[in-house]
Amino acid sequence: MIKLSDVSYAYPDTDHYTLTNVDLDVPQGEVVGIVGASGAGKTTLAKIISGFIPHVDGGALSGRIEVDGINLPESTLAIAVSHVGLVIQSPFNQISGAKFTVREELAFGLENQGVEREEMATRVGEVAKLLGIETLLDRSPYALSGGQQQLVAIASMIIMRTPVLVMDEPTSQLDPGGTRMVFDVMSKLRDSGITLVVFEHKVELLREHASTVHVIADHQIVASGPARKVLSDPRLEKWAIGTTRYTRAAALAEEKSLLPKSTELPVSLEDSIDVFKGFKNLKKG
Amino acid sequence: MEVSFNDVKYTYPGGVEALKGITFNVPTGQSLAIVGQNGAGKTTLVRHLNGIFQPTSGTVTVGDWTTAGHTIAELSARVGYVFQNPDEQLFARKVFDDVAFGPRNLKFDEEAVASAVTEALEETGLTKEAQSHPHHLSLSERKRVALAAVLAMKTPVVVLDEPTTGQDHNGVRMIASIVKKLREANRTVIAITHDMDFCAENFERVIVMAQGEVLADSSPENVFNLPEVLAKARVEAPQLERLASSLGWKSHPMNVDAFVDNLEAKSR
Ligand SMILES: Nc1ncnc2c1ncn2[C@@H]1O[C@H](COP(=O)(O)OP(=O)(O)OP(=O)(O)O)[C@@H](O)[C@H]1O
Ligand SMILES: Nc1ncnc2c1ncn2[C@@H]1O[C@H](COP(=O)(O)OP(=O)(O)OP(=O)(O)O)[C@@H](O)[C@H]1O
Ligand SMILES: [Mg+2]
Ligand SMILES: [Mg+2]
Repeated sequence: MIKLSDVSYAYPDTDHYTLTNVDLDVPQGEVVGIVGASGAGKTTLAKIISGFIPHVDGGALSGRIEVDGINLPESTLAIAVSHVGLVIQSPFNQISGAKFTVREELAFGLENQGVEREEMATRVGEVAKLLGIETLLDRSPYALSGGQQQLVAIASMIIMRTPVLVMDEPTSQLDPGGTRMVFDVMSKLRDSGITLVVFEHKVELLREHASTVHVIADHQIVASGPARKVLSDPRLEKWAIGTTRYTRAAALAEEKSLLPKSTELPVSLEDSIDVFKGFKNLKKG
Repeated sequence: MEVSFNDVKYTYPGGVEALKGITFNVPTGQSLAIVGQNGAGKTTLVRHLNGIFQPTSGTVTVGDWTTAGHTIAELSARVGYVFQNPDEQLFARKVFDDVAFGPRNLKFDEEAVASAVTEALEETGLTKEAQSHPHHLSLSERKRVALAAVLAMKTPVVVLDEPTTGQDHNGVRMIASIVKKLREANRTVIAITHDMDFCAENFERVIVMAQGEVLADSSPENVFNLPEVLAKARVEAPQLERLASSLGWKSHPMNVDAFVDNLEAKSR
């Protein structure tokens, strides 16, 4: 669904590459996670996969970028956005500024596509329910808390029903319950065939919802694989991404010989219940 | 410096009742975390501390001042507020100037400005970016510029609105050590956060808010053992507390060391 080959990129007026020789392959109908340190190039990659680079930001882009059968750099932004939606990192900047209510804001993209009024209203209702923002529909998109604004930004992209959704730290300002809700929505969208690429720092949630995870460091993709394997990799500390407390607790317990050495440390709550339940039995037996 | 909220109510011009009577005080040198659901009123509450908002009713005090009697400029010498969204706070074309803005306003002499800026940039890992344009930085870097801008003002009260948002592992550790340093200097720290592990590991007191009200106010160990309150505020316990409770433990480990200590005790 998404295929990047040998992609390199430098921002305008800079003398260095932010990304070099990136290869990425995302199959259709999966949730794929991408992690990386602050400034590693996550947002840059998100913009490349959604056509904002080069169509908006310019700069020096090379390599091949194909999303949903479209060669993005050779296409236009208008075509790109009908195939791939980007939830940008700062929800405040996602809001169009052209609308007075959240309801109109959510309908804005559909309106531009000439979708009929009735269908528009139905889809606004659906997406608002999906994300639990029904009570905000008549408010101004600016008279919201940071987290509420983030939910509106996510909703405004989901409503477009693009085959690919790219989300740049979509839960950064959400409360823990809201974060879980958004990840559950991602899994639901995946079940309906949508392909999702999510850039996240929340390792626990990625472990629970992503099939594959890629790591960006040193301007490249340095590790890729199944979520549990990549997210328990000790090199995550060196890459400044960090592991969950579950992983750290198990690692320390192994170091103190309280647990047998494992091949793959636990990443999520469920992983660790398995591991530490074993601990109880081991000591009793 | 001590701050207090006394039956503070706040209604936005559009009619949203964001705060429904908040009362608590934070003694000098305490580190307080405020957690709770999106839209609970956390940002609205702390914006009263530097006078951006004045209560619809009730009073807010900062040291011996009532905020109603002082301007934002006066209050900024006492309370440093790091915005949730750094793009609302930063405006200069150079990181250095954004960070120097506060100290210059507070009439530090140029030498003191330079040393305050240098120190704040170092603490936030931004020394190399002093001459960069903030808009050429990534969002988490801009968020740290916003933090540096407040640290440089050396206010007795520091208010951080979701300081770890978007930060990587090193960034979170950096912020944890800044909180620790502020505490050691007996400065009052109030931080809003959705990161419960960060909260449990770095704050002595936690306030849980939902729908304009305070639902709980206690130590992390106590607060994270109140399932109904947490559910109502859409908050969850830190990771290892959830694990301990799933394993049927009676203890409440708030960090990795405490968890492993417990494990060790059980293996004896
Ligand atoms: N418009 C720009 N012009 C020049 N350099 C830029 C620009 N935007 C970002 N950069 C630089 O490119 C690098 C990657 O930035 P990017 O925003 O992709 O990082 P990120 O991984 O998304 O970080 P974060 O976790 O903070 O969001 C950073 O060093 C940043 O300073
Ligand atoms: N400018 C505004 N005008 C009207 N209502 C607002 C405005 N800003 C926030 N609100 C409303 O006030 C309430 C409290 O918002 P506030 O920003 O204080 O929440 P918060 O607890 O900081 O949430 P978050 O965790 O999402 O940042 C919410 O219902 C919000 O929609
Ligand atoms: Mg980014
Ligand atoms: Mg807020």
